Amino acid sequence: MHELAITQSVVDSVCERAGGRPVRSVRVRVGVLTAVVPDSMRFCFGLVTEGTAAEGAQLEIDQPPGAGRCRTCAVAFTLTDLILLCPCGSADVEITSGQELQIVSMEVG
Amino acid sequence: MLREDDAPDHGHPHPHPHPRPHERRQPSGAGETVTIEQKVLAKNDLLAERNRTWMTDRGVVAVNMMSSPGAGKTTLLERAVTDLGGRRPVAVVEGDQETRLDADRIRRTGCAVVQVNTGAGCHLDAEMMRDALTALSPAEGSLLMVENVGNLVCPALFDLGERSKVVIISVTEGTDKPLKYPYMFAAADLILINKSDLLPYVDFDVEQCARHARSVNPDVRVLTVSATTGEGLSHWYDWLAEQR
Ligand SMILES: Nc1nc2c(ncn2[C@@H]2O[C@H](COP(=O)(O)OP(=O)(O)OP(=O)(O)O)[C@@H](O)[C@H]2O)c(=O)[nH]1
Ligand SMILES: [Mg+2]
Ligand SMILES: [Zn+2]
Repeated sequence: MHELAITQSVVDSVCERAGGRPVRSVRVRVGVLTAVVPDSMRFCFGLVTEGTAAEGAQLEIDQPPGAGRCRTCAVAFTLTDLILLCPCGSADVEITSGQELQIVSMEVG
Repeated sequence: MLREDDAPDHGHPHPHPHPRPHERRQPSGAGETVTIEQKVLAKNDLLAERNRTWMTDRGVVAVNMMSSPGAGKTTLLERAVTDLGGRRPVAVVEGDQETRLDADRIRRTGCAVVQVNTGAGCHLDAEMMRDALTALSPAEGSLLMVENVGNLVCPALFDLGERSKVVIISVTEGTDKPLKYPYMFAAADLILINKSDLLPYVDFDVEQCARHARSVNPDVRVLTVSATTGEGLSHWYDWLAEQR
């Protein structure tokens, strides 16, 4: 389960940045076109934060929707999966949103 | 472990300063918000970039081989290290959750190999790759073949610093695999459809599978091979020779 490794990375990073201050909440951005399942991440967060400065912290997950833009006809459209097919028939599609996997911010103190 | 007698509900090791019992934390809004805005995998990506530089400096080219369990990664490697050994120095990194079996299979061919046990981890990461590089210290100009843990989800997320990613699917797995595991197939530079010798016995449509793969990865190369009979392997070796 990669969510464990992913969540461990989040917790390591925020604890390091917190410099000993207690972390109350962590906000992450997990696009819907990543292979990361938010519920698994929440579950892992509870485990991984135990005994750290982020123990008991809230995990807030923003989920940017999937979006793409066709390089052939320039139309922008919603992507619900990674199948890159523009309504015009072109498969030359650039993913513009939905692949984010970032730590946005945290609340400390 | 340090325990505080006056706070019996608070007896874990904690690096955070007191006084601030958890249950009396102020409601959200009273704390300080720290903007971070960094990739979750920033650390892995940084280590991977270091691996990449280290290998580039030595002309070492790493190929990351990923598939579901049993698709034929080790068998393909056994063939490849034997067939390519004369042309170019070859070394292997074997990722395995528990055993040394795959590394032993490679070692029997006489090829340099290092085993990385990931334990509960379902993928190799850049730190394991760094340790493997240190242990192997591959010769200048080596081709370094990496067998990732058998898994079609997690390994796609972790950059090792490799030159390219090969995803292997065997014909016993079903034509729609690329649609079920789009992240992995989207990340591939090359897809090997393995066990072609079994095509007469299974319901697998090579062309349809390739179309599915291209629906998530339009430019991906697809080759059909059999690690058992050797069919198609020369095309794969040609592709490997292009990875510089
Ligand atoms: N018929 C046939 N069998 C194959 C072929 N390639 C591999 N196999 C068989 O498939 C089984 C699994 O092969 P491995 O090479 O161990 O697969 P793997 O991907 O390394 O498996 P894990 O390391 O467990 O993920 C073995 O019994 C192989 O002999 C092939 O091209 N044709
Ligand atoms: Mg194997
Ligand atoms: Zn279009």
